[in-house]
Amino acid sequence: MPPFPLDLIGLLTKPGAYLVYALIGFGFGYALEISGFAISSKLAAQFYFKDMTVLKVMFTAIVVAMVLIFGATALGLLDYNLIWVNPTYLWPGIVGGLIMGVGFIVGGFCPGTSLVALSTFKLDGLFFTLGGLFGIFLFGETVEYFDEFWHSSYMGRFTLPELFNTSYGVVIVGVVLMALFMFWGAEQLEHIFGKKDLKTEPRRRYTGAVALLAVALLVAFIGQPTTQSRWVKIASAKEALLKERTVQIHPAELLSLVHDHHINVILLDMRSEADYNLFHIDGSQRHDPGTASELVPDLRLEPANTVIVTISNDEGAATDAWKDLTAESIQNVYILEGGLNNWLATYAHEDESLIPNPATGNDQLRFIFPAALGSRYNFSDPDPEEFEVEFTPKVQLQTKRGATSGGCG
Amino acid sequence: MTTVTETQEPKRGLTLPKFLTSRPTRPYVHPYLGGALLGVVLFLAFFLTGNGLGASGGLNRFIVFFQDLIAPDHVDITPYLITMAGGDLNPLDNWIIPMIIGTLFGGFFSGWRNGRLKIETNKGPQISTKSRWAFAFIGGAIMGYGARFARGCTSGQALSGGAVLSVGSWFFMFAVFAGGYALAYFVRKLWN
Repeated sequence: MPPFPLDLIGLLTKPGAYLVYALIGFGFGYALEISGFAISSKLAAQFYFKDMTVLKVMFTAIVVAMVLIFGATALGLLDYNLIWVNPTYLWPGIVGGLIMGVGFIVGGFCPGTSLVALSTFKLDGLFFTLGGLFGIFLFGETVEYFDEFWHSSYMGRFTLPELFNTSYGVVIVGVVLMALFMFWGAEQLEHIFGKKDLKTEPRRRYTGAVALLAVALLVAFIGQPTTQSRWVKIASAKEALLKERTVQIHPAELLSLVHDHHINVILLDMRSEADYNLFHIDGSQRHDPGTASELVPDLRLEPANTVIVTISNDEGAATDAWKDLTAESIQNVYILEGGLNNWLATYAHEDESLIPNPATGNDQLRFIFPAALGSRYNFSDPDPEEFEVEFTPKVQLQTKRGATSGGCG
Repeated sequence: MTTVTETQEPKRGLTLPKFLTSRPTRPYVHPYLGGALLGVVLFLAFFLTGNGLGASGGLNRFIVFFQDLIAPDHVDITPYLITMAGGDLNPLDNWIIPMIIGTLFGGFFSGWRNGRLKIETNKGPQISTKSRWAFAFIGGAIMGYGARFARGCTSGQALSGGAVLSVGSWFFMFAVFAGGYALAYFVRKLWN
């Protein structure tokens, strides 16, 4: 598993972790101030094409950070799965953005820049911050009236390469080219509307542009790690867990997890649709064998008390899914020990309508069902009080590494 | 005796206001350089912590902190507020709080170092200082409302989400610019 991002609270305890956040905040405030973002009239000039500092600083920051982030993930230093990617709520985001644009041109700041204005004694920054607090208060009190819209068009962790159905490398190079084009355009606008003499601009900015594009191309050339290559890196350590059977949980442990209200259990049934229709555990969701890595973006957004259990008829497809999810840094993933055959042997041995069929091959159902009832068999959700089955508990909840809530806290 | 101490008072030299404004005012850095530095800070935030940068979420938590002091029962029945301050939850116990305190110090330090700490109000030439304050408050309120509507502000959504290629963040970013440009002509007296 890549070493970064760090498990800050685990490494430094909470005060230490918060100190790191404070230092990052310090750098943030410093960078905003030296760019002139404490001055509202300078920020507002962006919207009259006179001074395009806002656009230049913002897009330079985005492309520099983007190239560094994806460079670090390409080299296996940083785990993209563990960093916070703002989930997409398309229309609320667009409407909120339009409202913010209005607030920006009327008030002259955005929340981050108003803090810097406040800290350098700008009175308009003070009034803006007070107004901002009032607006935030108002939102908290009124959001219930349009709650449905506010939660609409939810697309989860959805990234540009997924939208355009292309690789991260292509998008990274594309974004850099777009930013360079926008910088060129911004300078032309400043020349026309702001009467700025472009000849006095430092020539070194061309060197910077070429260097940025070169790094972006290099990042695209190296490429992002695949599930397969991620597994290869951790295989030796994780194969041991499989061999020692520390991640295969007894059917009775699974049943007790399902009935534990402190735990959010996700059951991934990695079998064919035919098998699933014949029989599955109540509440399990079916996915084709080999497709577990596609579930990663959604699983990342599950709360910290989540336990994921992969299920197949024996353990074959479930183990493959376990490997894929573990390679993608999903935590608290377990395998149903002996699969559904073992589950049925544990809970359905008294059901006479079930005919054992020991002849079938590996990872096949070894029972013949009289009808395809899915989860409507009563041993799909047996009463744990009725079956007192002894088991050795193996599930140990790991605290989530990486960001669990982000963007703006 | 008293007269002696009185005359010596100003000679002691460095009073706090003087100290804060003693340094020569330096020009701002080139936008591309400032942007690159901001980009490195943003990268370090993701690299070390997994989180990006943020501001409005921190302000939100300050507000909720006071709401929880004044009306805890109200907080406990409002779904939006529960997640931050329901029951025993302390809304200030979150990484965003040290981050915005750090932001205030970072801005202050840079302002001091570069001789830019100054009590002033920046505005266009055609409006009075008082109306600038009023518009700053109104604009701030609109901005605050919009920032929570969009689940993040320019830093938490546009910068952070933009750098990690979130689709929603990119649409959001263009919406902010669209909103600003759409209204800019009508409020030109504020700034020009």
